[in-house]
Amino acid sequence: MTLLGKFEKLREDRTALLATGADPFGMPIDELYSPTEARIAGRRVLLAGTNNYLGLTFAPECLEAAHAAIDHDGTGTTGSRMANGSFAGHRALEREIAEFYECRSAIVFTTGYQANLGMISGLTRPGDVLMIDADSHASIYDGCKLSGAEVLRFRHNDAADLRKRLTRLGERAASTLVIVEGIYSMLGDRAPLAEIVAATRECGSCLLVDEAHSLGVLGEYGRGLVEEADVLSQVDFILGTFSKSLGSVGGYCASNRPELDLIRYASRPYVFTASPSPSVIASTRAALRLLRNGKDLRVRLWEHARKMYGGLKRLGYRLGPEPSPVVAAILDSREQALTLWRGLFERGVYVNLVFPPAAPGDKSLVRCSVSAAHSAAQIETLIGAFAELRDPVLAAGRDVNSACAPSLRSS
Amino acid sequence: MARSYDDILTRLIRHLERFAGPDVAIDEDVELVTELGLDSVKVLDVILEIEDEFDVSVPMNLLADVRTVRDLATVIHQILTSPAESRP
Repeated sequence: MTLLGKFEKLREDRTALLATGADPFGMPIDELYSPTEARIAGRRVLLAGTNNYLGLTFAPECLEAAHAAIDHDGTGTTGSRMANGSFAGHRALEREIAEFYECRSAIVFTTGYQANLGMISGLTRPGDVLMIDADSHASIYDGCKLSGAEVLRFRHNDAADLRKRLTRLGERAASTLVIVEGIYSMLGDRAPLAEIVAATRECGSCLLVDEAHSLGVLGEYGRGLVEEADVLSQVDFILGTFSKSLGSVGGYCASNRPELDLIRYASRPYVFTASPSPSVIASTRAALRLLRNGKDLRVRLWEHARKMYGGLKRLGYRLGPEPSPVVAAILDSREQALTLWRGLFERGVYVNLVFPPAAPGDKSLVRCSVSAAHSAAQIETLIGAFAELRDPVLAAGRDVNSACAPSLRSS
Repeated sequence: MARSYDDILTRLIRHLERFAGPDVAIDEDVELVTELGLDSVKVLDVILEIEDEFDVSVPMNLLADVRTVRDLATVIHQILTSPAESRP
């Protein structure tokens, strides 16, 4: 096969998808009206797939801070902190993240993806072991590849399976980094973190928890699953992103381990990339203050999450195992999922379409994420659209795969 | 406990049959992805089962060049016949 010949299959798949109408994986958004509404293809659309859990992307405090930072420090840093230095904002944000987690220090990365790449490849090297949850995000898998350490998986959210595999490693468990996520991004289920902490400590391994989808969502102060499970001081490395609840872009890691400060010199994804722009840092700092004091936002977010989860479950949609701001309908075929996604879009609702292997198992997902910024009426609109589409989606399953009973059953 | 290559192959095929379905004839030359229809994630799920059956760790790193059932059986055999202190 030629260098570019491998794209032929992708071209065919994309052409077939575009022939169905809209492009679910490249939606052109013409204008944003608010955290929950945009103009797409000339119409006003309800956004319910943006991971904007606290709805802070248009918070006046964040806008004002970003504007001021641009005026004061310019539009960009034009290079790595290693070469171009650390702006006051970078250093202040790291102090504030460390204080937020009551940790010794924190380090900021340019994206959440790079936070995983940078921490995993900075902490481990060939000869070490990485033990990751089987349903880990792509950034974790990619970080593992970059590190060169031996990569092992344990069964998703199964602390007993983790303990068994760490025990199997014997003395090598001491040079093992275990990685889990707070809330898993596809189905919205959370890790059994207390049990995972116990297994990890018992075997003498280190633990990194990625709170990308649980920052701002779980815990009294929004610190994530480490706070809700009351294990904050027992987790070696707490990692997260600015691009969901904090409404900007970037990533971080907080830790009590003094070695965290040295990661800067050992982490290629930190060293060889431009540092976050001043406006990004400024809006993130403002958002972190709102997040910390945002109990009311979390109350509203969870009201919406439970209402959405309960509503779809009553309609007979198969969902993830527990209510969460991520509410994903699990479909048996790509065609069913595409029918549902397209039907929602035609009704003015934008959510995420997920095909395997991005979704766990063989299933396709229509994934929603609710926000504190949604109104109760918008959540009703969402549930109403799913209700109208229940029967057409079932029919799509029958047309495509008559030998296999379509499944929208509750689980 | 050291196991023979043939023993490993037999047990591996038994696991693969569960993932690929009973209608697919599986021998050493069958390709895991193109012929058995296993995607990369399913291959990793087979590995979870294999690790438990043989009480051994099989790092993902060793799977990069694995194409056929024989390749996979060979990797597992190499791990199981290597000295315990040098195993993953």
